[in-house]
Amino acid sequence: MANRIPRVAVREQDPAIRATNFEEVCYGYNNEEARLEASRCLGCKNPRCVNSCPVHINIPAFIHEVAEGNLAAAASIISADSSLPSVCGRVCPQETQCEGSCVLGIKSEPVAIGKLERFVGDWAIENASTLPLPEITPNGHRVAIIGSGPAGLACASDLARAGYDVTIFEALHAVGGVLVYGIPEFRLPKERIVAREVEAVKRLGVKIETDVIVGRTMTIDQLLDEQGFDAVFVGSGAGLPRFMGIDGENLNGVCSANEFLTRANLMHAYDPDYDTPIYAGKRAVVVGGGNVAMDAVRTARRLGAEAIIVYRRSEAELPARAEEVHHAKQEGIEFRMLTNPVRINGDENGWVKGIECIEMELGEPDESGRRSPVAKEGSNFNIDCDVVIMALGTSPNPLIKTTTKGLETNRRGCIVADEEGHTTREGVFAGGDAVTGAATVILAMGAGRKAAKAIDEYLKSK
Amino acid sequence: MYEIVSRRELAPNIVEMKVAAPRIASSAKPGQFLIVRTDPEGERIPLTICDYDPSQGTVTLVTQTVGLSSKKINDLQQGDSFADVAGPLGCPSDLLDLPDEKLQSMKILFVAGGVGTAPVYPQVKWLRQHGVDADVIIGAKSKNMFTYVDEMRSVGNVYLCTDDGSEGFHGMVTGLMKDLIENQGKRYDHCVVIGPMIMMKFAALATREYGIPTVVSLNALMVDGTGMCGACRVTVDGQTRFTCVEGPEFDGHKVDFDEAMRRQNMYRNNPKNNPETHKCKCHG
Repeated sequence: MANRIPRVAVREQDPAIRATNFEEVCYGYNNEEARLEASRCLGCKNPRCVNSCPVHINIPAFIHEVAEGNLAAAASIISADSSLPSVCGRVCPQETQCEGSCVLGIKSEPVAIGKLERFVGDWAIENASTLPLPEITPNGHRVAIIGSGPAGLACASDLARAGYDVTIFEALHAVGGVLVYGIPEFRLPKERIVAREVEAVKRLGVKIETDVIVGRTMTIDQLLDEQGFDAVFVGSGAGLPRFMGIDGENLNGVCSANEFLTRANLMHAYDPDYDTPIYAGKRAVVVGGGNVAMDAVRTARRLGAEAIIVYRRSEAELPARAEEVHHAKQEGIEFRMLTNPVRINGDENGWVKGIECIEMELGEPDESGRRSPVAKEGSNFNIDCDVVIMALGTSPNPLIKTTTKGLETNRRGCIVADEEGHTTREGVFAGGDAVTGAATVILAMGAGRKAAKAIDEYLKSK
Repeated sequence: MYEIVSRRELAPNIVEMKVAAPRIASSAKPGQFLIVRTDPEGERIPLTICDYDPSQGTVTLVTQTVGLSSKKINDLQQGDSFADVAGPLGCPSDLLDLPDEKLQSMKILFVAGGVGTAPVYPQVKWLRQHGVDADVIIGAKSKNMFTYVDEMRSVGNVYLCTDDGSEGFHGMVTGLMKDLIENQGKRYDHCVVIGPMIMMKFAALATREYGIPTVVSLNALMVDGTGMCGACRVTVDGQTRFTCVEGPEFDGHKVDFDEAMRRQNMYRNNPKNNPETHKCKCHG
């Protein structure tokens, strides 16, 4: 029986070696491995995996095609619902989405849906030149997209296919948003994957202008009133990094995970050929338990630091993908759970020399359903370190809100938008982290696609 | 690519460039800054806008060579291009929010030091266009280090001082400020200080004595410059603020300058900051 086959293990770089380089950790399946793994899928009539996918990819159908060796057909099935399979196959939290509800997972291990999606996505990138371009009939409408991250790329791609003349405005010098500044090379290769996903969007006729900060270089009003755009999609992403508000956070050697990762990823600071410096110290403490914390701590490790995660809840509550936690541990990252910083101590020159923490215990569940951590009085202790990286999430960038009349934000500063992406301003749509606060690539991509549909309906009814 | 349409040396190691960036030239306002990157391997470097001309589509930058990236900027010649110029960033000067009648009733003093002189110019020029004659103190180590004196004289009342007495008042900007107020009967309602962090610190201490509200423009370290990384955070009135989106101008009497100076030097000793030891691809 098909389900007697154990889950096909994926080949990975040796942990001891990869902890010293920035090459991708996971090699992915080859054709034989992918077909064998695909053959494990039961092809459920009521597939729970599809319901658990934020964009409802027809998972059993694409996996069936992989098992049959029809990769073009598999790619076509995925592309009906996802614009970025190579990316999502690598960075989605599959264990809480598709794979988390796979029936095989009840008695043994779920189908490796993420690895199969990645396999199909990578095949589609390799074979892009052989796949037919969709026939596009220009409809004469122009749409501006703010931000070239997952939400913007997905929105642009769908609108271009529907015949719109689309321009993406990106504030940074590189295209891809969080895919280039946030997620490290060792999880998501920039040239081999991200750049080529962007190329695929450009092949649809989408124009991309970098170095344009909407709200400063041009406002949304100028785009609509002077530049001739008929609608705008705001996918500007998350914003300013949060800090804890404890003593010593502005000491030299303390930075946000956003800064640390932007130096490493966007600016290639780990590469001696690039000018931007980065400082990981001898012993780096990363505060937080999400994917960004894992990315930061593993980057610090690769830069030669002894690297430690400090998280106030227990391991069961870590919000990071299970695979990242597993990989981090293999790479020698130390995890200090139920530990919360209370103060960062500096030396006489104002550089970090240690972080004072307090032990925590889990109390009653809070509004998120997770048991909330409570400090144990008098349990303070010190961890020696010369770098502290805060990975505590972000709060929205105020720029678009303050420069766009009639665009409402909620009390957290996120743009108010409905499920389809309509904001409080006619002709302006929004989605992704700018609306939800920091979330996942796939949710942002899904929001971009929904907004593309809403923009299409809006402009057709005008 | 953003072409350098003109370039001239203003003083030893201080270079002015006019760069073709039409969109930025049309949207720039006094007090704002830009991010430039010389080449694909380069750093993103924040520079205060020193002038802008929407009709020519150019912005003017003045850079002093202090480390690797500023050397790479100043090595560029007329006809060369920056890989990236992004902006304008940060908030325009608060003076722009005031009605002309209010501005015209105010006595405004600018204090400019070293390479901070050029960024003062667009503010003084803007005030002149709104019927205000501001006083401008320009300080330099020595006579040959002055920049933008003629430009500034065309839009405001200029007072010069040098540390070595080679031109103008012999002493620091704070000494000249004291001389103007105590010996020459000047009074001021508002002061703007732009220059090296140490100068801004002492100028703000002096204006506090005289009870003059004072704004300083902070040149903090930045990576993206658009409100993402938090490298530029400073403590103002006990609160952490982000220079790139909430600044660059802050209340000079409330900035923690000692912290700001310490943070500014965070990467000074990094081997990458030394043009002698760091060999990047572009220089072979």
